[in-house]
Amino acid sequence: MSAPDDRVSAACDLVVVGGGPAGVAGALTAALRGLNVVLVDSGARLGGQYFRHQAGAAHTATPGLDRFLRQGRALGERAEVLLGHQVWTVTRDGDRLTVHCQTPDGRPVAIRCRDLLIATGAHDRPLPFPGWDLPGVLTAGGAQALLKGNGVVAGGRVVVGGTGPFLLPVAAGLAGAGAEVLGVFEANGGLALARHPVLALGKAGEAAGYGLAMARHRVPYRTHQAVIAAHGERELEAVTVARLDGDWNVLATREVACDTLAVGYGFVPQIELGVELGCQTRPDADGMPVLAVDGRQRTTVDGVWAAGEPTGVGGRHLAELEGRIAGLAVAGAPVPGVLARRRRRMRAFGEALHHAYPVKPGWQSWLRDDTLVCRCEEVPVARVRAALALGATDARSVKLLARPGMGWCQGRVCGYAVACLAGERPRPPRRPIAQPISLGALADLDTH
Amino acid sequence: MTFQITIDGRAVPVEPGQTIGAALHAAGVRAWRTTRFGGRPRGLFCGIGVCFDCLITVNGRPPERACLLEARPGDEVTTS
Ligand SMILES: Cc1cc2nc3c(=O)[nH]c(=O)nc-3n(C[C@H](O)[C@H](O)[C@H](O)COP(=O)(O)OP(=O)(O)OC[C@H]3O[C@@H](n4cnc5c(N)ncnc54)[C@H](O)[C@@H]3O)c2cc1C
Ligand code: FES
Repeated sequence: MSAPDDRVSAACDLVVVGGGPAGVAGALTAALRGLNVVLVDSGARLGGQYFRHQAGAAHTATPGLDRFLRQGRALGERAEVLLGHQVWTVTRDGDRLTVHCQTPDGRPVAIRCRDLLIATGAHDRPLPFPGWDLPGVLTAGGAQALLKGNGVVAGGRVVVGGTGPFLLPVAAGLAGAGAEVLGVFEANGGLALARHPVLALGKAGEAAGYGLAMARHRVPYRTHQAVIAAHGERELEAVTVARLDGDWNVLATREVACDTLAVGYGFVPQIELGVELGCQTRPDADGMPVLAVDGRQRTTVDGVWAAGEPTGVGGRHLAELEGRIAGLAVAGAPVPGVLARRRRRMRAFGEALHHAYPVKPGWQSWLRDDTLVCRCEEVPVARVRAALALGATDARSVKLLARPGMGWCQGRVCGYAVACLAGERPRPPRRPIAQPISLGALADLDTH
Repeated sequence: MTFQITIDGRAVPVEPGQTIGAALHAAGVRAWRTTRFGGRPRGLFCGIGVCFDCLITVNGRPPERACLLEARPGDEVTTS
């Protein structure tokens, strides 16, 4: 069935894709119930995005990291953990699934299993604006990954912008590590958050902690403001910060000299593996497609489960909880009512955040004709608008006419913006493979 | 222990476990390739392997993502 050099882990009950809080909790819970579990992650260490950490360093500033690392060690004693393995597709053969991975040196590895838990997390959701492709402009998560995973402070004079509570830990982290954070520009009205009853219950403590850190480092937090342009010759030298109305149209602007910008407008759940297997999706509160799951984290496809950000962005606590629920459910154990109730409460919190920090249409007025929408294929706004004028009525036909999203990233970076420009809700990704891989591994699959 | 890699012959210090992209960025090297059409400079953007902006040539191998690739002592980065 599989190529001779494929390693097939024959006796595996459950493969978990993703070694973040959701995946590790799911794998450990299922392993403790006696299942034979393999966890696969493309990264060099367990952690995912939130628990990203440096090799060997005593960098435990991340709340909860010690506990997570203990879970990781417990998992290592009871399950097989394959790091540096990128899953690029899952195939089905009767009631068995085969998870196809690739190692960094290009070696294909295939794992057969009965159940699959998709815990692949999310990536940043950037919006295009003039100059956003200048070196020195990073996604907010990218700046965080540099710091948490590498101990590298993204820059000396840093501006943080976008929308959502995630901007707070990013700014606090940078300031705490020695960067001069010139300001956090929140395009929405941050205060709406504190007034929401669910939120007042939920994360007040954590937000207050970041607030304190920002006050200590005198980081200004400005609401209804955004970075609408980046300037520089070969790299970032300054940004234009604008005061916005409620729809994000520009009211007034000023320039801020800086060497680094960390910018993010929420997250894109990574659901490719589920979509490819035929799992139903639903629009999350912010319109992003996520995998539809029931109260036991089961998708609409037999044997396929999902936990964490792929079922809707809700942060690391919810991710871990969903992982635990999935682990119990896959093992056939009942899900205690207390976990189910906690999950509902945290989901409501996640949805409230989406409502408090929406993306408003005025960002499109920040674009110029020559602003790149697609960074890979270098497609400017003018070409996307020309495609729309030619009669393209949705993102898919824009893509065929103007080629945004046809490059290396396969539309992961620009997909949301292109959907907005085409006036539609972002659709589930239709990518043949979950991660771009070498042609060699594709050829190997053909020989199966 | 800190070790070194080079970019076009110039030495760049690396802390063990750092990616090539992180080490270059920390050393003030923020771009290491240019785009096909506009010749625009590119370095790190997403930092987690999603955007492919950071493609880099190391030891003459085909382009890889610098934000994912852990640096090894003596790695040679070339930019053209
Ligand atoms: C860059 C970035 C940084 C973030 N930093 C923070 C932060 O500092 N604080 C915070 O509160 N929230 C942060 N977040 C939000 C984050 O999504 C959640 O806090 C939390 O990490 C979600 O947990 P998860 O288990 O659902 O997914 P993740 O933690 O994202 O874990 C998913 C894992 O799946 C792996 N994976 C994905 N696809 C594949 C594949 N095809 N093959 C193999 N492995 C795969 C990834 O490598 C990753 O390790 C960040 C998000 C991003 C995108
Ligand atoms: S910085 Fe995006 S893939 Fe490396």
